[in-house]
Amino acid sequence: MDLKEKLLSSFLVFENQSEIDSYVSDVRNDAIKMFEKKGFPTKKDEAWKYTSLNKLLKEDYSVFPKQENALEYRDVEKYFIHDIDSYKIIFVDGKYSSHLSETTHDGLDVCLMSAALNKPKYRLVIENYFNKAATTDSLSSLNTAFSKEGAYVHIPKGKIIEKPIQIIHFSTGNESATMLQPRNLIVVEENSHVQIIECHQSLTSNPVLTNSVTEIFAKKRAIIDYYKIQNDTQEASLIDNTFIKQKQESIASVHTFSFGGKLTRNNLNFYQEGERIDSTLKGVTIIGDKQHVDHNTLVHHIEPNCESHQDYKGIFADNATGVFNGKVIVEKEAQKTNAFQANNNILISDKATINTKPQLEIFADDVKCSHGCTVGQLDESALFYMRSRGIPEKEAKALLMYAFSNNVLSSVKIPELKLRITKIIANKLGVNIGFDL
Amino acid sequence: MSKYTEDDLREELKTKEYEYGFYTDIKSETFPNGLNEDIVRAISKKKEEPEWMTEWRLEAFKIWKDMEEPEWANVNYEKPDFQAISYYSAPNSKPKYNSIDEVDPELLETFNKLGISLDEQKKLAGVAMDVVVDSVSVATTFKETLAEQGIIFMSISEAIQEHPELVKKYIGTVVPQRDNFYAALNSAVFSDGSFCYIPKGVKCPMELSTYFRINQAGTGQFERTLVIADKGSYVSYLEGCTAPSRDENQLHAAVVELIALDDAEIKYSTVQNWFPGNAEGKGGVYNFVTKRGLCETNAKISWTQVETGSAVTWKYPSCVLKGNNSVGEFYSIAVTNNYQQADTGTKMIHLGKNTKSTIISKGISAGKSQNSYRGLVQINSRAENARNFSQCDSLLMGNECGAHTFPYIEVKNQSAQIEHEATTSKIGEDQIFYCNQRGIDTEKAIALIVNGFSKEVLNKLPMEFAVEAQKLLEISLEGSVG
Repeated sequence: MDLKEKLLSSFLVFENQSEIDSYVSDVRNDAIKMFEKKGFPTKKDEAWKYTSLNKLLKEDYSVFPKQENALEYRDVEKYFIHDIDSYKIIFVDGKYSSHLSETTHDGLDVCLMSAALNKPKYRLVIENYFNKAATTDSLSSLNTAFSKEGAYVHIPKGKIIEKPIQIIHFSTGNESATMLQPRNLIVVEENSHVQIIECHQSLTSNPVLTNSVTEIFAKKRAIIDYYKIQNDTQEASLIDNTFIKQKQESIASVHTFSFGGKLTRNNLNFYQEGERIDSTLKGVTIIGDKQHVDHNTLVHHIEPNCESHQDYKGIFADNATGVFNGKVIVEKEAQKTNAFQANNNILISDKATINTKPQLEIFADDVKCSHGCTVGQLDESALFYMRSRGIPEKEAKALLMYAFSNNVLSSVKIPELKLRITKIIANKLGVNIGFDL
Repeated sequence: MSKYTEDDLREELKTKEYEYGFYTDIKSETFPNGLNEDIVRAISKKKEEPEWMTEWRLEAFKIWKDMEEPEWANVNYEKPDFQAISYYSAPNSKPKYNSIDEVDPELLETFNKLGISLDEQKKLAGVAMDVVVDSVSVATTFKETLAEQGIIFMSISEAIQEHPELVKKYIGTVVPQRDNFYAALNSAVFSDGSFCYIPKGVKCPMELSTYFRINQAGTGQFERTLVIADKGSYVSYLEGCTAPSRDENQLHAAVVELIALDDAEIKYSTVQNWFPGNAEGKGGVYNFVTKRGLCETNAKISWTQVETGSAVTWKYPSCVLKGNNSVGEFYSIAVTNNYQQADTGTKMIHLGKNTKSTIISKGISAGKSQNSYRGLVQINSRAENARNFSQCDSLLMGNECGAHTFPYIEVKNQSAQIEHEATTSKIGEDQIFYCNQRGIDTEKAIALIVNGFSKEVLNKLPMEFAVEAQKLLEISLEGSVG
């Protein structure tokens, strides 16, 4: 039985088990029909031209993990950014782990999707926001059909949340290959400010496939900083679908750090539904082995006077493959748009591949839109300069690569997080340098 | 005296019909509409082709039957009915002439209207013309001068008769029959086209030039061009077109194959000004062209194109950089106005070591048109030290048009150096104001700015063409100010 059939039949069981009001049930039923119609994307789909899911879909995933797996804090401590005071929403094999988490309902909601979907007091929010940003592409639909658990964050008007929120998904995979489908909903009301760090971590050598959907709503003048750390094991694959709807004068940024995983696909979509909006999409990818990272971004400029900045850096070693597919659409009404898109890549192996496709679709005339894309190597003369001053080749290369990705790092607003990422980069490049010097 | 305002100008231009839209009535011998094996055989027979050519056409036809029309391009149009097209039409007058006096005077009149009288052309800067009117080569000039150097420049049907060994060896090697839907169609039914062979070490003393014309109502034009530059030779080839105004859509599916052997250089320039449809988007030519060049060691192929016409353009002149140290270049200006749609760009396939490619593409959209750049830069794993520079600039005039960029960059070698940049902007108000305050009216100012914008590409055109191209740009964009 292939995965699609398995999922379709699992859905019947899933739908029978859950006691959820009719609104969500309808959304799920529509979504599974959509998935049934579309199936998994193939290389024939333009958006999946360079990324094939075939191998991943061959695994026999267990869709609903049966047993509860408790984790001890000390075993997973290293995956937390523990030197900051933060809210924590922790999941183990898709199930909420209360003793690892730190949630709140005090003035703001940092809690669980399952609670929001079931409790009547959230009903209005769910009806207004749930599945209102996600598109009906096959993988998002699949997630919608099975949406049950994930993080739910609702920040009321005029609140600046000092503590960042950490969302971590652990998978123990004790049984076999696991498929996880977390669903996150984040609503930030007017004039509020929130910082979120998301991370997926597999603790097993069994294959894990995560198909995650995150919907984010930024109301007027809201500020959202979202950080994704993707430093998973060789057997873990992630399909991340993030949809961000912004209202006027809001500022949203998403930083994606991809350092690991078998296959990582980031579908990052920004919809600008107001004037004077600012969107930032940045990413650093450093991978090797046979890893595959695909960034698929969309910025849809609908209203005038908005800005978007995209900056993706990639370093590819061994047999790694990198894909960048960035799309900027500027509608007829979106005059005075300022859209910038850059994708810079370094290949450090003859077997590494980079496929990049930055696209602009522009229907307004008074705009400033540009994109740039480069593929190159480390500067020989810069390397020579450092080596002639006694810096070993390996360190010199690492310094150059760090400098290359620093544009993205410099806009990370949580110092502890920045430190964590620089450590990962140093580790990844096999050097022992504190880049923060 | 009342002032001549922008509104007057806009009104005038709206009513201004396509300048070159006229139709010469030449008695044509036209095949019945439709396409089947018999028609393919008949075309081949009509042209007195040898057996292998007929077989080659039939093979292409078989492939074509099973293919589907591509839909990936960013254009919308009513698909042509391939059974409603006549696949062969030849001017009725005797096709071969020894001197210009024998040519049908009506036909000469057509050329005069276009301002390309043969007499004048003969005198002008050594341009040899192989004039194609609806598929059959009518007059060939300067043949003797070229023959002295051993250069073969003739229609492809003549070449099939006279130099079958060359045609057989090279036809379909760069663009195979099964390459794409339109290439397959062309391979099956191509009526005529140009053939050019430059022998070893010869530098072609003049620019070779062909004017394509679509004349008979309802006939599609399927040109096949084959240019072979043997080792160490050089040729510059010009191609230019204007077409009479027609209300039904006319289909043009040409194939151009360039082969540059070791150390050879081919420069291929195109000015395309086919009927773009009227201001309401009615009529116009469909231009689905496959152009590709193959570079052997140290060879160079340079494509330059100025695309101002056609209702729908679908055209990607490409270079396969097979030999080491080979160079590919692509310089393009695509102008769209009213309801025109253009999806054009290039493919640079780097296979050899130290290969270099440059892409400069300038898109100008006005009116309600859509202009897309679609390009591929592919560096294969064995292409050490490959270098590519791409620049795509778009200029938008008015807020009802669109400019799109779809660059594909695929790199499999670490020593590659790729740069791609694209910008989209409009003509700055400050630029116009600057011109205005120095007494240059807005229309002229726009022409000036557009010329500056396209200069990098215009400079690459041969002299005679550059002047014409500049004029074309102005004509195409007239009335788009507002």
